Amino acid sequence: MDAILKSDLQVKDVATETKSSVFWRPTAQTGLISWLTTVDHKKIGFLYGIFALFFFLVGGFEALLIRLQLMTPNGTVLTAQQYNTMFTMHGTTMIFLAIMPLSAAFFNFIMPLQIGARDVAFPRLNAFSLWTFVAGAIILNLGWFMSAGAPDAGWTGYAPLTSKAYTPDHSVDMWIMGLQLLGVASIAASLNFIVTIINMRAPGMTMMRLPVFTWMTLITAFLIVLSFPFITVALVEIMMDRLFGTSFFEVSGGGMPILWQHLFWVFGHPEVYILILPAMGIISEILPTFSRKPLFGYPIVVFSGASIGFLGFSVWSHHMFTTGMGTVATAAFSLATMAIAVPTGVKIFNWIGTLWGGHISMRTPMMFALGFVWMFMIGGFSGVMHSAAPADAQQQDSYFVIAHFHYVLIGGSMFALLAGIHFWFPLMFGRKIGEFWGKLSFWVIFAGFNITFFPMHFLGLNGMPRRTFTYDGNLGWNSANYIATIGALILGVGIFIYFAVMVYTYFKGEKVGKDVWDARTLEWSLPNPPPEYNYRVIPTVHARDAFWYMKQNQEQIAKEDATHAKEEAAHGGIHMPHQSIYPFVASLGMLIAGIGISVMDNDPTPGFWGKKIGVTMIGGVVMLVGIYFWALEGNGGYHLHPENDGDESNGKKPAKH
Amino acid sequence: MSSHAAAGTIDHHHDPSTSTGIPNKKLIMWTFLASDCMFFGALISTHLIYRLHPAPGSPSPKQIFSLELTSFSTFILLMSSLMMALAVTAIQKGNVKSMRWSLLTTIFFGAIFLGCQVYEFEEFVKLKNVTLTNSMFGTTFYTLTGTHGIHVAVGVFWLILMYVRSFQPHEAGRTFGWFFKNCLHITALVGAVLLSMFAVLGVVHTLHAGGTAGAYFASYLWMIAGFVGCVAVCIGFAQPKALSNFGEANAIDVESMGLYWHFVDIVWIVIFTAVYLIEYL
Repeated sequence: MDAILKSDLQVKDVATETKSSVFWRPTAQTGLISWLTTVDHKKIGFLYGIFALFFFLVGGFEALLIRLQLMTPNGTVLTAQQYNTMFTMHGTTMIFLAIMPLSAAFFNFIMPLQIGARDVAFPRLNAFSLWTFVAGAIILNLGWFMSAGAPDAGWTGYAPLTSKAYTPDHSVDMWIMGLQLLGVASIAASLNFIVTIINMRAPGMTMMRLPVFTWMTLITAFLIVLSFPFITVALVEIMMDRLFGTSFFEVSGGGMPILWQHLFWVFGHPEVYILILPAMGIISEILPTFSRKPLFGYPIVVFSGASIGFLGFSVWSHHMFTTGMGTVATAAFSLATMAIAVPTGVKIFNWIGTLWGGHISMRTPMMFALGFVWMFMIGGFSGVMHSAAPADAQQQDSYFVIAHFHYVLIGGSMFALLAGIHFWFPLMFGRKIGEFWGKLSFWVIFAGFNITFFPMHFLGLNGMPRRTFTYDGNLGWNSANYIATIGALILGVGIFIYFAVMVYTYFKGEKVGKDVWDARTLEWSLPNPPPEYNYRVIPTVHARDAFWYMKQNQEQIAKEDATHAKEEAAHGGIHMPHQSIYPFVASLGMLIAGIGISVMDNDPTPGFWGKKIGVTMIGGVVMLVGIYFWALEGNGGYHLHPENDGDESNGKKPAKH
Repeated sequence: MSSHAAAGTIDHHHDPSTSTGIPNKKLIMWTFLASDCMFFGALISTHLIYRLHPAPGSPSPKQIFSLELTSFSTFILLMSSLMMALAVTAIQKGNVKSMRWSLLTTIFFGAIFLGCQVYEFEEFVKLKNVTLTNSMFGTTFYTLTGTHGIHVAVGVFWLILMYVRSFQPHEAGRTFGWFFKNCLHITALVGAVLLSMFAVLGVVHTLHAGGTAGAYFASYLWMIAGFVGCVAVCIGFAQPKALSNFGEANAIDVESMGLYWHFVDIVWIVIFTAVYLIEYL
């Protein structure tokens, strides 16, 4: 201990903490301040999860209203205007505020643990991503509390619906600004994840030993970084049309509304894979664990994921087959879309290969995972049907499309995320969700989901268009719509059971020890919940299923750990980053500026210090101050010296200098 | 890091603390620039698409552009990249003084480029009657080159912050007094850049209006006075009494800023070709 105290780093740290008075160094471990200033990837992941689940319930409530309106012909639950608002906000909320942040929650919580890191590469940038996401979510939902109402131009925001002529109020401005902030948050988080995965792997963790979930995180992060700029530009252009009177998408000024569709879908199609690849990663962790076999064909699964990501950039126009692009373009995009089915099918076969001959144990996460494989396949089949342009011309904008993308988004993404919550809950909170209630929620969700969305295939083929708020009773759509609404209510009950059980388990569930599933990847070598520094000793990785190898070769690992523990102690112990409030301040500034730009009315007399410009400027200044203090305080930290093996001293406070 | 700096054994091409040997700050900058590539790609595409499908009565860019001026500012921007590279080399050798001069020159060249752009925009609006909204050419041209200009302005601001940061004391010395001086230093340098830019633009305006030196000083004296004041403050702060703790160990900060600066220059080469030169084919 004395030797450690004499090291340079220690002396420097003490000096930092005692003498620097300009910067606030929060040290609260509990309470509001600890959450606002946290830079711990696990706490940030937890907050992402909480916000995502909240918005998942909001989006679900919007969906139930939509289904109630369509339950009977000429329904009167919602007006046409309210219906537009509901489907717009349902889509936007589920994609940007539920599935993406829930994936981000797992990226944050699980990925650094899987690669044997103590945090992400830029902990404060990670906090900034979280709070900017919250700012975007707030702006997106402000309309509910305002006379303008929430956005109502569809989640695709097609021009010219978003023009001043068709939406003179601020609802679309809030949609633009909210998405813009969510884009900033997503890109910042993804840059962080890419650097973390490439640069912060434990010794021996080569790229081809990365757990598949981490691989999918990396590919998803690249998709976000490369596709979000397109929607950023599209949103900038529509914002300039609305705020400054330009004509990017105004036909009267020489603009072409089709440009919006191209820019939107160059982003929008990779976005589809941003939603599904993390889910595929989760499934690739759960199936091997509960089949008690390594993943079948690991390199092929990884390369398939990468080729899905790559091909994802060359298929955007299959959303636009009916816009008249010409035969060559249509044929090319049709072929590229069919090609994507190949790596996707390869993954399905590899998952089946993983199950084949395994000692399958049917626990709740496994139920959801198997449900994913089956339901995602159905969604995939109808997707391949869309890739044929002539068939798509018939299916475009019908309920067939609704059925398709709900099979891949609920039956796909959401099933996998719900499986992931069950799977990692014991690691995150040290408690396990009961098998009976878990399986009950699965079956109710599974039944409700299929009863809701399977009839929509027939509705679509019978000609029911999407985004209509009502229909006449003589069109032959009555019974299927009625069944779908009953299914939606069952699905709602299932989700309620799922959440009620989760909340109950968080407080009163059965306590479990570490590695409850006898799993294979590194994160399960940690005590639960993991200590703030994750790994007392950075592990050395010897095999693809790193923890499985550790369990088979305990003596070798114990020896290595002892040596590495000494080395690390000689280097000054475990380095922990300081907490910081400045990322939150920067995000707060963006929120204020975003409100100024999107919510405030234009000043009647265009002076420089009007209300709109004033609020925007104040927000900008707060943001700049946040960023500048953030830069000036530096990325210092302190050192921890856990006295005992962190694995056993669960709950003991580590010595702090 | 500081102990390494004292020993003078930093390997600027390999960071042993990361899996790949690439410093985290460099890797995140590369990834961000990949993202920014797509951003400018979308903006340039928008401009080219609307140039290929011009609305009836669109202005002819050849009659609007002043290729001599833009070639000059392009040359200056490329030279600023040279100075940026010299700054990185200097700090990698631990030569803070040389780095500061190179940074100041980079800031100076960046400001010339921005001044040229302000002049160009002003002339297009006032003399050529091309505004943001009265033609699609104006819309896409100002959006694209304006976005690039904002990137340059952010870069200049970043250079200013880095220059001021090179005077920072050791962590123990970062008191409120230091913080106040730090903010004043930045304000003075930003002021010097802005005031000099507009004072020089004033010369051009006066010449255009056929005014004399007397008329110029009558209108712009306060700007020149402000500029001199700002420079005086900067010179005052540029006499570090205590040793700064900015040195070779900070080379990576300067280098990742340099990556951004070079990238913005490369984007300008593409814009200069795709927006200006292509019109003269």
